[in-house]
Amino acid sequence: MSSQGRSAGPSHRAVELGVTLAIALFGIIVIVGSVKAGINWGAEGPRAGFFPFYVGLFIVASSAMNFRNTLREDDGGLFAEWTQLRQVMSVVVPTAIYVGALPFTGLYLASMIFIAWFMRWLGKYGWLTVAVVAIGMPVVTYLIFERWFMVPLPKGPVEEWLGL
Amino acid sequence: MEELANLFHGFAVALQPFNIMVMLLGIVLGVIIGVLPGLGGANGVAILLPLTFSMPPTSAIIMLSCIYWGALFGGAITSILFNIPGEPWSVATTFDGYPMAQQGKAGEALTAAFTSSFVGALFAVMMITVVAPLVASFALQFGPAEKFAVYFLAFCSFVGLSKEPPFKTVAAMMIGFALAAVGLDSITGQLRLTFGITELLNGFDFLIAVIGLFGIGEILLTMEEGLSFRGGNAKINLRVVLHTWKEMPAYWLTSLRSCLIGCWMGITPAGATPASFMSYGIAKRLSRRGKNFGHGEIEGVVAPETAAHAAGTAALLPMLSLGVPGSPTAAVLLGGLLIWGLQPGPMLFVEQKEFVWGLIASMYLGNLAGLLVVLTCVPIFAAILRVPFSIIAPLILVLCAIGAYSVHSSTFDVVMMLVFGVLGYLFKKCGYPLAPLVLAIVLGDKAEEAFRQSLLGSQGSLAVFFANGLVGTIMVLGLVALFWSAINQGWSRLRGAAA
Repeated sequence: MSSQGRSAGPSHRAVELGVTLAIALFGIIVIVGSVKAGINWGAEGPRAGFFPFYVGLFIVASSAMNFRNTLREDDGGLFAEWTQLRQVMSVVVPTAIYVGALPFTGLYLASMIFIAWFMRWLGKYGWLTVAVVAIGMPVVTYLIFERWFMVPLPKGPVEEWLGL
Repeated sequence: MEELANLFHGFAVALQPFNIMVMLLGIVLGVIIGVLPGLGGANGVAILLPLTFSMPPTSAIIMLSCIYWGALFGGAITSILFNIPGEPWSVATTFDGYPMAQQGKAGEALTAAFTSSFVGALFAVMMITVVAPLVASFALQFGPAEKFAVYFLAFCSFVGLSKEPPFKTVAAMMIGFALAAVGLDSITGQLRLTFGITELLNGFDFLIAVIGLFGIGEILLTMEEGLSFRGGNAKINLRVVLHTWKEMPAYWLTSLRSCLIGCWMGITPAGATPASFMSYGIAKRLSRRGKNFGHGEIEGVVAPETAAHAAGTAALLPMLSLGVPGSPTAAVLLGGLLIWGLQPGPMLFVEQKEFVWGLIASMYLGNLAGLLVVLTCVPIFAAILRVPFSIIAPLILVLCAIGAYSVHSSTFDVVMMLVFGVLGYLFKKCGYPLAPLVLAIVLGDKAEEAFRQSLLGSQGSLAVFFANGLVGTIMVLGLVALFWSAINQGWSRLRGAAA
């Protein structure tokens, strides 16, 4: 796919090594936490940290093997092109804002703005289409989840003001 | 014969009007989930799980399992019409299905795919009907050591049989075990691995992990590829269906072989995706028309579809009878059992007869209903795919957020979902398998409990796992599965040296 020559981006090997290191770090955290909880035998048998301690050891050991294997097999491939990563980030960043705003605005308002932004910015739709989908989807969600299946969803000041 | 009576009772349960309604609803939702990118069987079921909280458990499992059948059917539609596999297990279907569609034989390909799916599922359900009660009654005698041995076998098969590098599978699996351990220790009641963060007191819920890893991760992958759909129209009429059905008996041998491969791969946690590839590969090698494979051969659609559906269905056998799910979706269903207050495992067959047999009966009916729905409504489902991704994507993301929130009514879970989503994207790109991670989160607590109880009984000696013939055999099988690729290599090297 990326044989055009103009493609640039982080190498697959660098990203994979980074992921492996992160996993190993996670394993070390697990080991530390297990030692804190106690990894030896107590009055009631193996203590709470016993099992996760070995799990942590396995994570570190297998990460070491993965690190070695990744170092050996370098095909010089790209992880992804920068333009592709920009596409991915154009979803991750707004979703992160959406998720962060949820507790304050409630689900419905945040979803409307999120859908509208996505369609307008990335899809370049007319305002009418945007409005129909962005308002329609939360309304349908409200009916299905809260009315028919009685699953409460997070609400914010707007819903309170409307008395829903 | 008691089973037969139970099965008929199960049909009576499944045929109640409310259950038929949720069955059809489940199938339609499932097909939509199967067609849409980013909404797979596992996370589709996970998102819709909260909808079932207020239902009786039997209706709930019927709806969720029907979503699963629908997703299995739906994957074939996009593979054949658009050359885009909606699900990983329908990748092999694109090899011959898409060329057939390009030659104007989309109707034949779709009919063949749906019918094969149905045949595969039917075969697997019959196998479950006969085998599951036997396995369950056998498993009733299991002590903690045997239970741990079964988990051991399941996880070892993952390492040995998956096509991902074994150390990556181990790493992914162990991450799952570690996440499962976070929070309250179920045996001592002690807190662990929370590092003083109150949100971690309850640990990580695997449903959040499933929605993030499979749902959000998949969307990110799709965004990276910059997806645009192009594809032909789907037209199925009765004449095409009947014509194709007349041709299909000629492939009975392929079909039977694919059923067996599928059942085997489904019970061992290899899953539907490798089953479909394996079945396709073997059919290509053995068929007289093998050279035509890849250019629109109907047998090349029959083989993978039969195997994938058989495997997907057979994955429920160990879930029902042992409490060990054979696939991520089966794991989500198992999580559902826990939420509805049922204890998965062999006791289900004793204590919850109506539930178990209602589910098994609904598998027969659900797959029949699924076949009829997809055969009649293909154009509608295909039209869904023409809705541009920039509309679908935010809707799916919002749905994922709703699903993640409603599991525990916690906004922290929604944050975790996004974290798992980014993790899923990175893992998938780096070749770490996600299924063992999810299964380890689900089974982590139970495996640990069985392990510690066994050790408690033996005063800490590992010999307890080889103490009698039964547990020893399961452990040895596990070790064989673990080192399967090494054994295989050694064997072929030996043969090479001898020749």
